[in-house]
Amino acid sequence: MSEHGPEKGIKRWLFTTNHKDIGTLYLWFSFIMLLVGGAMAMVIRAELMYPGMQVVNPNFFNMMTTMHGLIMVFGAIMPATVGMANWLIPMMIGAPDMAMPRMNNWSFWILPFAATMLVLPMFMGGDFLAGQGPAFGWTFYEPLSGQYDNLAFFIFAVHLLGISSIMGSINIIATILNLRAPGMTLMKMPMFVWTWLITAFLLIAVMPVLAGAVTMMLTDKYFGTSFFDAAGGGDPVLFQHVFWFFGHPEVYIMILPAFGIVSQIIPTFARKKLFGYSSMVYATAAIAFLSFIVWAHHMYTVGMPVAGELYFMYATVMIAVPTAVKVFNWTATMWRGAMTFETPMLWAVAFVFLFTIGGFTGLMLGVAPSDFQYHDTYFVVAHFHYVLVTGALFALIGGVYYWLPKWTGNMYDEKLGKLHFWLSVISVNVLFFPQHFVGLAGMQRRVPDYAVQFADWNFWSSIGGFVFGLSQLLFMYIVIKTIKGGEKASDKVWDNPEGLEWTVPSPAPYHTFETAPEIK
Amino acid sequence: MTHAQGGYYLPSPSHWPLVGSIGLFLTTFGFALNPNDPTFLMYIGLAIIAYMMFGWFGTVIRESEGGLYNDQVDRSYRWGMMWFIFSEVMFFAAFFGALFYARQLALPWLNGEGNNAMTNEILYNGFQAVWPTDANGPANVGGDYKIIEAWGIPALNTLILLSSGVTVTWAHWGLKKGNRGQLILGLLATVILGFTFVGFQAYEYIHAYTEMNLTLGSGIYGSTFFMLTGFHGLHVTIGAIMLTVMLLRSMKGHFTADNHFAFEAAAWYWHFVDVVWLGLFIFVYWL
Repeated sequence: MSEHGPEKGIKRWLFTTNHKDIGTLYLWFSFIMLLVGGAMAMVIRAELMYPGMQVVNPNFFNMMTTMHGLIMVFGAIMPATVGMANWLIPMMIGAPDMAMPRMNNWSFWILPFAATMLVLPMFMGGDFLAGQGPAFGWTFYEPLSGQYDNLAFFIFAVHLLGISSIMGSINIIATILNLRAPGMTLMKMPMFVWTWLITAFLLIAVMPVLAGAVTMMLTDKYFGTSFFDAAGGGDPVLFQHVFWFFGHPEVYIMILPAFGIVSQIIPTFARKKLFGYSSMVYATAAIAFLSFIVWAHHMYTVGMPVAGELYFMYATVMIAVPTAVKVFNWTATMWRGAMTFETPMLWAVAFVFLFTIGGFTGLMLGVAPSDFQYHDTYFVVAHFHYVLVTGALFALIGGVYYWLPKWTGNMYDEKLGKLHFWLSVISVNVLFFPQHFVGLAGMQRRVPDYAVQFADWNFWSSIGGFVFGLSQLLFMYIVIKTIKGGEKASDKVWDNPEGLEWTVPSPAPYHTFETAPEIK
Repeated sequence: MTHAQGGYYLPSPSHWPLVGSIGLFLTTFGFALNPNDPTFLMYIGLAIIAYMMFGWFGTVIRESEGGLYNDQVDRSYRWGMMWFIFSEVMFFAAFFGALFYARQLALPWLNGEGNNAMTNEILYNGFQAVWPTDANGPANVGGDYKIIEAWGIPALNTLILLSSGVTVTWAHWGLKKGNRGQLILGLLATVILGFTFVGFQAYEYIHAYTEMNLTLGSGIYGSTFFMLTGFHGLHVTIGAIMLTVMLLRSMKGHFTADNHFAFEAAAWYWHFVDVVWLGLFIFVYWL
């Protein structure tokens, strides 16, 4: 066993304290979850391809929408961003590793067990196709979720996911605040590091609140408490308040690291410095602050005093200001840049366009009176998929293409990368854009059947869904091909990219910056 | 294989995290199989977690006493503990939020306040939710109950916890002066006060369940009362165990005047449970 190399065999991955190993584990775990959640999405699209009941029974359909949402949020997007953080933050700030490497291992190794707790109930009760797993929607509203038999499995899955997220976030904050190389002042940090510092704060602030919410569910169901039961003086709406106090910051937890990734990619391929760096930092902080005080915009139609509706409406649309600062900054970075469009840049530019569409529909939904029209329709589904798929996921995929040569030492296949991009970007719009139309026309979400008037757009949406889903297998092929070999990447990989990670060899050695670099 | 280049201690690969994960999994799995009568798997899981904590903390203590940690590592642990306590604060915030929501919004609405006149008229006719004595809802869930008055045991417990905050600080002064006797005496007093608090709480719970018909099932009052005080009691117990470990380590000669973060972490945690208690005393028992 050499002093600097990894351990051999499975032990390397089980016991590792190396941030690059742990980053790799997170990224593969999240990709597997992406495929599982994607398969569930395809079941949903298969059912909705034609009106009438087609493929699965309604309960199974509900289980698919529920598990798809939970797996994509907690299994795919969140761990993928943490994987990026593990790989990149120590290299970006010139640190030898994460601040607490053993706890870093634990943050990851809780996840497979949490995922097991989450999916296990689908297979309990004997008949898988009967849909006996969680089928109460990914938001698990009480009192519906309280009717479910194996609720405790779901609750503990959430607890474990929360423990993992909190420990991961504590590690990231400690690393950023304490392990920066001399001279790496806060306002010199790469944007990705900044966005993760703020994301980690959000996670530590809201994951415990989610833990509180599911704990109340647990005691309500099994130990006789009345938190969400009006008969005992509680209130089911209380659940929604507690859930969305977590849930709204949660959407920024998923998107802020994506902002960070895009802020790294665009300057490299525009060959200009990021426009308005400090305003990017302040906008990120402003978004994070606002995310705590807007949660009830998910509950306009539940019944709230008018003053509450107005307050949450104004607070919500205020988020458009810092978000627009970011979009304008990305655009201004590209303005008169010497632009080239390698695969990572294609994903980043698509992100700017398509995330902005999701932002605009968000504004429409944020306005209380119009939300009364759109609430719980496919318009909402279209909105948050533009934000999370063409937003968060696109940025993550772009980030993988951007840093893959640094991680593996090999260049990916540019032709295949571009093919993957164009297949994805066209199909994803065929998939989600029509959902705006059917939603505005009144098609309900979370229902396996619909009126025939929605048939045409749903057909195209399903076609888009299948193409988009299958395109991601091409992504897997490209990544594995790059790991196995290919044209050797230079240390800088790209044309003069900014950042410490490009100063180390490709592939990045097992240990980097054991002696802190000098930052001018 | 340990890396200490550049001064920052990087631990070699460790099996403790995976042991902890298996323990957590068995605990939750064994509990979830039958929440009202947890299976033996849960106890095995808890035993594995305890084993992991002995092993992992033991490793950390050996590394610390072995001088492997420099100031920078110390600062990482400080940040870590601070943010961990912040996460705990937010956990309690969820339950305090539920309490305030129930008292200020949900119950008044059931009474017909705001635009809810018809809710009361039609659904809960004649219901008057008076906090605290009649706050178990229109269905009188759990039946009539009596409440624990603030100025009995709870006030005494407030005095005990506040005193323990003083004794732990006095112990810290002793440590910083290099007066080990004062450190051990102060810690011993703190631990005794801490477990006394837990004992009074247990007595109060038994009294509530057997004499006052105040249970976890006493509507929203019982729910918020027992969940808030229960989780707090659990945290006091954890904090007292942490301080007991610090006491034993002090007696073994661990810690120096300028290197004793484990002690400080336990003290921070102790002040945190102290502050939460003040919130409980004011909003749960008193007002």
